[in-house]
Amino acid sequence: MHQFLQQTFSGLAAGAIYASLALALVMIYRATDLVNFAQGEMAMFSTYIAWTLVNAGLPFWAAFLLTLIASFLGGMTIERIVIRPVENAPVLATVVVTIGLLLIFNSMAGWIFSYTLQEFPSPFPDRLLFGALMTTRDLGVIGVTLLMLLLLFAFFRFTTTGLAMRAAAQNPESARLCGIRVGSMLAIGWGLAAAIGATAGIMVAPVLFLDPNMMGGVLLYAFTGALLGGITSPIGAVVGGLIVGVTENLVGTYLIASQLKLTVALALIILVLVLRPNGLFGTAIVRRV
Amino acid sequence: MAPILELRGVKAYYGQSEILHGIDIAVAEAGMTVLLGANGAGKSTALRAICGMVRREGEILFAGERLERRTTEDIARLRIAHVPEGRGTFIGLTVEENLRLGGYTNGARSHDGMARMYEYFPVLATRRRQQAGTLSGGEQQMLAIARALMMAPRLLLLDEPSFGLAPRIVKEIFVIVERIRRDEHVSVLLVEQNASLALELADYAYLIETGSVIFSGSAKALADNPQVRRSYLGY
Amino acid sequence: MTKNSVIATDLLAAGRYAGVNIDAWRWIGALAVTALAAALPFTLSNYHVFELTLVMIYAIAVLGLNILTGYNGQISLGHGGFFAAGAYTAAILMHRYGVPYWATIPPAAVICFGLGVLFGLPALRFEGPYLALVTLAMAFAMPQLLKYFDTWTGGQQGINLIKPLPPPELGIDRDRWLYLVVLVVLLLAMRVAANLLHGRTGRAFVAIRDHPIAAAAMGIHTARYKTVAFGISTLFTGVAGALSAIVIGFVAPESFGLFLSLSFLVGSAIGGIATIGGAIVGGFFIEFVPNFASDISDAAPWAIYGLAMLLLMYAMPRGVVGSLGPLVAQLVRQMLPHRAEK
Repeated sequence: MHQFLQQTFSGLAAGAIYASLALALVMIYRATDLVNFAQGEMAMFSTYIAWTLVNAGLPFWAAFLLTLIASFLGGMTIERIVIRPVENAPVLATVVVTIGLLLIFNSMAGWIFSYTLQEFPSPFPDRLLFGALMTTRDLGVIGVTLLMLLLLFAFFRFTTTGLAMRAAAQNPESARLCGIRVGSMLAIGWGLAAAIGATAGIMVAPVLFLDPNMMGGVLLYAFTGALLGGITSPIGAVVGGLIVGVTENLVGTYLIASQLKLTVALALIILVLVLRPNGLFGTAIVRRV
Repeated sequence: MAPILELRGVKAYYGQSEILHGIDIAVAEAGMTVLLGANGAGKSTALRAICGMVRREGEILFAGERLERRTTEDIARLRIAHVPEGRGTFIGLTVEENLRLGGYTNGARSHDGMARMYEYFPVLATRRRQQAGTLSGGEQQMLAIARALMMAPRLLLLDEPSFGLAPRIVKEIFVIVERIRRDEHVSVLLVEQNASLALELADYAYLIETGSVIFSGSAKALADNPQVRRSYLGY
Repeated sequence: MTKNSVIATDLLAAGRYAGVNIDAWRWIGALAVTALAAALPFTLSNYHVFELTLVMIYAIAVLGLNILTGYNGQISLGHGGFFAAGAYTAAILMHRYGVPYWATIPPAAVICFGLGVLFGLPALRFEGPYLALVTLAMAFAMPQLLKYFDTWTGGQQGINLIKPLPPPELGIDRDRWLYLVVLVVLLLAMRVAANLLHGRTGRAFVAIRDHPIAAAAMGIHTARYKTVAFGISTLFTGVAGALSAIVIGFVAPESFGLFLSLSFLVGSAIGGIATIGGAIVGGFFIEFVPNFASDISDAAPWAIYGLAMLLLMYAMPRGVVGSLGPLVAQLVRQMLPHRAEK
């Protein structure tokens, strides 16, 4: 029982990271009907930026904040410069562009920062809590993720820009008729998604060790979580991410170790999707007849 | 008085197809002008052309400003409010949020604007926190109009507000629109298939058939014209 | 339809042209291209022949993806897995059971068709990104499964195969013989695809892709066609996989991972996803651009590869054949004298 709780909690911590990245994916999907395959690599690159700042002597949280800002601006820039040209092209073209972006970020990170595994500092002391039920690190990760989610929720619910962004995602034409600059809203969305991704990367780097391929698995789990929750639902993204984290951990502990863990976890989740093809909280993808 | 909106030789395209073949329209300031015509004549396309929602050529002048090269957002910011076909409500958002969005370009004056909208459309006040998608057709139309009015427009473009609504509701809405036009000094360009009702309220009318204006004149002149009466008014 | 150059058919996809002239030109064009392709290996070095053979193999694989994603609208991020299935089928048959190389193609085709149908059935429930995930799972699972069942598959080490010998009467060497074998399979594949896609089945596929509800309302058995589309698609890709095992002489789980699946998708898009000729462009892209990228930048070759993808998508969002095809068709139409339609 103790082990079960322990694994569940550390699964929640991993799940919090998947949930963050899943949220970034869902944000962009809601606005553009597009899955940003490069989200993980962008997060990885942001983490390297944070790492560079920390190595340069900045205190952790200052580096964290600066990285968030840089990632936000970077995300906006990428939307304007890289994604904008294929905005009206067939969806597949945009998919290919994000795959290209994935390769570019991965390769550039390897080139600039080398492929050697790097240690990344954790802002949370490594102590056991509640009789070895969970670590302070796990709690810290969950806490940071929770805080980020609350801020996002507040932003979208209570601010005018947040409302305008929701409108632009739902109905871009009507949003334009209200005078909303839909293009700018899109760019802000990408910026936010990049900042969220950066948070996920920075939270996971202490555990996985920093290297250019760090976020590959995380992206897959995040994608799975987002779909499990329903690709159109932000709450679904969070719930889905958490479920994936816990499932992965429990499968790894009780069912099958290392190699096939990924396959089995995926299989379980796909089973759920077969029962609910639009995810737990998702709405059916509406088609015009 | 100079017209507030003028279209000169405006053509509009969906893809490669030319839908409007060079039309000339003038909307009098603080007046109500109506575009009549059968389904598919190009009336809605004319409104979309004004707002830059379709590819267009020709001259579009609004209070001295040229609109042909502007984006939809910029045209909206000139305080041209367009209530599109199908209402264009944000169905996933609440009534109040829809209104707030209408007032997006109005900033601080939004709050007063909302109070005034609830005065014009009391039913919206009772449903302010409801999701717009759960409103009835008539209520959604009122919401769409209210949202457009939130930007304190100088020109209101209304695309088939009677569509899919029961006659009683349509009358109610038109009465409110007329009241708004007088009280707020808004110029209105109305597109309607319901010719008789539109001609009762309008000052001036254009008849559009397959992308061209085939008749124009005062509303009374159109209503008295025997051909128009036979084809569009049913008697 | 007479034997036509399927590339030309695709480019002039607008349809029928009256007069024998045009068909005769097509005949000549098709034969010329085929003759050129057949003669080519005798003018190039062994290594270049090997590379071109791989281009053709990838083209067949990408053609399979085009049928599924381009014509039928079902996205697949897992075709690398089906490629692997074909490759390992051939490898195991040759290695364990001594089956001659040419006899491994039909079983690979049948098995991969079956796998595709098996996959296609549950896939019916999924659309868009959900389908992408399910197929992505396939791409991930395949290498892991291959490593797990190591008694059959040789596990991590893979299977080493003996490259087949050409028939001695022809007096050509192994690389050129295999090139010609693959060329024949490619031409066959393109012909089959053309017949399929330009006929009733193809129209059903496209109808399902664009207007599934209307298609069903017209009596098109959507589920059946979608499942068959999956099977045919994986058949093509599986055959390509089998050929790759024969030509390369080695299979190992690492070569069939996620990157391969993404490469197929990218190659598909770059060539033109709803085209037949585009598959060949895709094959060239997959085989050669990574090498060019390494030439340009030693340190970050994949960045160049990614950049190439970006630039090509900006320039030709519908792919090379998808974007240029209609242009060429228009040009040709303007050049030809007007005649009455047949």
